[in-house]
Amino acid sequence: MSRAIIRILEVVVCCFTLAMAQTPDRSVPPQPGPPPSLHLAAIEHFKLSNGIPVILLQKHNLPLVQVEAIVRAGTACDPETKRGLATITAAMMEEGTESRSSLEFADAVDYLGAHISAFAGWHSSGASLHCTFATLDSALALFADMVLRPAFPPSELVRVRKERFTTLMEWRDDPLAIASILSQKVLYGVGHPYGSPTIGDIGGLRSITVEDIRNFHNTYFHANNAAIVVVGDISGDLVIPKLEKTFGMWTSAPVPVKQPAEVHQVEGRTIYLVDKPGAAQSEIIFARIGTSRVTPDYFSIQVMNDILGGAFTSRLNENLRETHGYTYGAGSLFDFRMFPGPFTAHAAVQTEVTDKSLVEFMNEFNGIQRPVTDAELMRAENYLTLRYPEGFETVESIAGKLVELVIYQLPDDYFNSFTEKILSVSRDDVLHVSQKYIDPDNMAIVVVGDRKRIERGILELHMGAVKFLTSDDVLGPPPTDAELH
Amino acid sequence: MLKGRDLIVLPVLFLMLWFAATASAQMDVPCSQYILPNGLHLILHEDHTLPLVSLNLWYHVGSAREQPGRTGLAHLFEHLMFEGSAHVPLGRFDQWLEAAGGDNNASTTNDRTNYFENVPKSAIELPLFLESDRMAYLIDSMTPAKVDVQREVVKNERRQSYDNQPYGMAPIIIDETLFPKDFPYHWPVIGSMEDLTAASYSDIVGFFRKYYTPANASLVIAGDIDTGNTRALVEKWFRDVPGGKIIPDTTFVVPLLTENRRVIKEDKVQLPRLYLAWIAPKQFSPGNAELNLASFILAGGKNSRLYKRLVYELQIAQDVTAFQDEREICSEFYVIATARSGHALTELERIIRQEIDTLGQIPPADREVQRAVNQIQVDFLDQLESTAQKADQINEYFVLTGNPDYFNQDLERYKTAKAPAISNVVRQFLGQAKGVTLSIVPEGRTDLAAQKDLKRD
Repeated sequence: MSRAIIRILEVVVCCFTLAMAQTPDRSVPPQPGPPPSLHLAAIEHFKLSNGIPVILLQKHNLPLVQVEAIVRAGTACDPETKRGLATITAAMMEEGTESRSSLEFADAVDYLGAHISAFAGWHSSGASLHCTFATLDSALALFADMVLRPAFPPSELVRVRKERFTTLMEWRDDPLAIASILSQKVLYGVGHPYGSPTIGDIGGLRSITVEDIRNFHNTYFHANNAAIVVVGDISGDLVIPKLEKTFGMWTSAPVPVKQPAEVHQVEGRTIYLVDKPGAAQSEIIFARIGTSRVTPDYFSIQVMNDILGGAFTSRLNENLRETHGYTYGAGSLFDFRMFPGPFTAHAAVQTEVTDKSLVEFMNEFNGIQRPVTDAELMRAENYLTLRYPEGFETVESIAGKLVELVIYQLPDDYFNSFTEKILSVSRDDVLHVSQKYIDPDNMAIVVVGDRKRIERGILELHMGAVKFLTSDDVLGPPPTDAELH
Repeated sequence: MLKGRDLIVLPVLFLMLWFAATASAQMDVPCSQYILPNGLHLILHEDHTLPLVSLNLWYHVGSAREQPGRTGLAHLFEHLMFEGSAHVPLGRFDQWLEAAGGDNNASTTNDRTNYFENVPKSAIELPLFLESDRMAYLIDSMTPAKVDVQREVVKNERRQSYDNQPYGMAPIIIDETLFPKDFPYHWPVIGSMEDLTAASYSDIVGFFRKYYTPANASLVIAGDIDTGNTRALVEKWFRDVPGGKIIPDTTFVVPLLTENRRVIKEDKVQLPRLYLAWIAPKQFSPGNAELNLASFILAGGKNSRLYKRLVYELQIAQDVTAFQDEREICSEFYVIATARSGHALTELERIIRQEIDTLGQIPPADREVQRAVNQIQVDFLDQLESTAQKADQINEYFVLTGNPDYFNQDLERYKTAKAPAISNVVRQFLGQAKGVTLSIVPEGRTDLAAQKDLKRD
C-alpha cells in the first residue's frame, strides 16, 4: 500500500495554438455524460476477542487513519435533573487519565500531531482519533487510555463547569442560539432530553458531580455496548492486533435501556417572540417534530426537503433571498435521530421585513402541499445522488457515515444502494411526505428580534397566538457571579 | 465573504499545506500549466481517487482594488456573477449545476475573488461553459434590477455577519485603526452600507471590464481528469473570451504605526473581549512562517503559553486564540481573548504582553517548536484529501509565488525555522512594533476595557 503520494515534479508551460478560433455552441448547456460509479472498498467486519465489533473501510491514497470508538448511549440518557451529563462526561474524558494529567495527555497527543477528542451525540458517545499511519501505535495507546481509563479529576470539573456557565451567559448575546434553543424547548418540553441544549441547562450544570460523571461512564462504557470503526491506510490484518492490544481487555456488564418520554406534535400555530432590543435582523425558525432516522420515508423526505429548503435553489432560498432580498439565506432541515427529531426552517431576515418573511415561509409551506414539478424532482434527485461521492473524500467523513450505519443498524449495501433509492422517489412520494410532515396549520414559530419594531406587523398577520418572552425565559436564570468567576 | 450557502469566510486562521509525517519524503503535486492566447492561465492536476473534478478560478482582484466611496464593490460583484450571463438565464447557473450533481460557491477577500465548482467527472464541461460564459458575456444580461436585489442580499449578509453578530464589528474596527485611510486594507471586504447603497449599474460594468479579464485570472482543474482532454475542453470553451488589458501591478508602502492605538467599543455582549493586532510580513515572505509557528506556541493547544496561563491555570479567560490573517501586501497578527466574568481586559493584556515579551527574549524549547510542526504536518495531509481544497491551494501558490507546486518550498520554510528566529520575529513584529488594542465591552462597562499602559503607550 502506498504510504504517500510521491511523484516527480513536472511542470509543462506552453501555449495553445491559435487554430480553431471559432466560438463554441452556447445555445444549450453541455449535457453531462453517464454518471460515474463510485467504487468504494468493501466494508469489512471483525470481532475482537471480547466481542467488540470492528468495522473497517480501507483507503490508501494518503497515509491517514481515523478510528471511532463508540458506545450506544448519549445525551438522550441524561436524567431530567442532570441535563448535560453525557457531553460533560465526554469533555471530562479529555481532562486526563489514570496515568496522565490533562496537560500531559494533551502534550503527548499534540506532539504526535494526532487529534484525539471525546464526544457525546443524542444516542452515542465515544471518541475520535485522527493520525498518520506512522504514529498509529502511540496514538492508539493514548486513545484507549482516554476511553477506558479517564480519571475525571474534580479540579478539572470546576473549570469545565465554569466554561459551560460562561457559555450559557454568552448565548444571551447570540440571537440564533436563543432561537434554536427555544424551538427545541417548545417542541419537546423540559421533560424530554431533546428539549434541552446538549451542553446542559443551568440546573443540570449546577447539580452534576464527579460521581455522576463516573457513574455515566461506568454504566454505559462497556465492551458489549461498544463498536469500533476504522477508516484509512490500513488493513484488517494490521489493525486488529493493534485494537486487540488496546481495547481487547475492555469488559462487559449489563447496560440499562432508557426510553425517553412521549412527545406530542405541535397543535395550532403559536408565535414565540423573544425581544432582542436593537437587533438588526430577526432570527426566524419554524418548527415541528419530524421523524426518526429509521423511517421508511427517509429517502422521500431527503428529496422533498431538498426542493423545499435543502439546496441553494430550493424554494425557500429562491423566494426569500433571490426574489425578495430579505435574507442572506433561507433553508430547512430534518434533523434525523433515533426518535423523531425536529423539522426546522430558518432565516435571519432584515428587521423591517420580519412580517413579510413570515408570510413567504407560509406561502412555501402551503406550496409544497401541491405536487412538485418534474424538473424540480430531477434536479433534487441528481443533486443528492451525483454529489454523493463527495462525502467519501476524507477518512473522517467516511468514518462518520460508518458510525451512522452502526447506530441505526443500516445494511452494508446502504452506500451502494443510496443512489437507487433516491432515484426511485416519485412525485407522489414527495407529495406524500410533504403532506405528512409539513403541516402549515400546526407549527411553532420562533422569532428573536427587536420587539418594538416587529410586534405590530406580526400581530396584524393573525398567524397564530403570540407569546412574548425574554432571553432569561429561554435560557433560565443567569449563572451567579460565583459560578462564573 | 461568500455568495453564501451556509458559510461566512472568516480570516483564514492558519491553513497551510504540509508534508507527510514521514520525515524525509518529498511530496509533489504534479501540475501542468498552459497559457491561452487571451491570457488565461490554466493549471491541471490529476488525482484519480474519486470520480470528482474541482474547478477553481481566481480573479486577481479583491476589496484592495476598490476606490473610496465604493467599498464592498468587489464582493457585491461576486454575487452578481451568479445572476446569469448572455447564454445562461437568471437562476439557471445554480439549477443546472445542481441538476448535474455540482456544488458551487465563491468568496472574496481583500486580495482576490475565487469561484469554484465541484462536479462528477462526467459533468466537467458544464462548469467550463458557465465560467467561460460569465467571463465573456456577464454584462450582456446584467440589469440594474439584478444589482438591486443582490445589494439587499449583501446588506443582509453584513447585518448577519457583522452588525447583528456579537463582537462582529471587531475586524472592521481593527483594519480601519491599523491602516491609514488611503491604504487598501483600511476598509472591509463587505463594504459600508452607504457605499453599497451608492454602487451603481455603471460601477458594475466598469469593474467587470477592468478586472474580469482572462489575463487577470487563473483556472485550476484538479481531480479525476485526463490532462490532454481537459486542456482541449478548456480551449474550446474559453477561446471566445476576449482578452483584456493587463492590469499593472501597484506597489504599496506598508505603513507602520508610530504609536499604540487603543480603541474601546461598547457592544451588546455579556463578556469583554480583547483584540491585539499588529502588521506582519506578507504571506510567504521572510518571517511569515516563523510567526505562524509563534501563533501555535502562543495559543495552539492546552500546553500553549497563553491558553495554559489564561484559560487553564488562572482561569481568567474563557478562550484565547492567536493567528495570522495572511495577505498579499502585508499580513495581520492577532491575539484574541475573552475575559471571564469579573475580570477586566487590563488583567488579560498584562499577561499576554508578558508572554509575548518572554517569547521575544528567550527562544522556545525545541519540543514546543516540534509539537507545532507535527500538528501542521497532519493539517497538510488533511487538505490533500479534498480536491477542492487542493485546487484552491494550487491557485494561491500560483498567484502569490508564481509556482503552483510550491508545496516543498512552503514546507522548507518550516523545516528550517529555528527557535531563535521565532523569538526574533516575535520581538520585532509583536514586541517592539506598535499595534492596535481593541476592547469590546458590555454597554456601560468601559471600566472593563484594557487601560493605557504608561510604559508602553
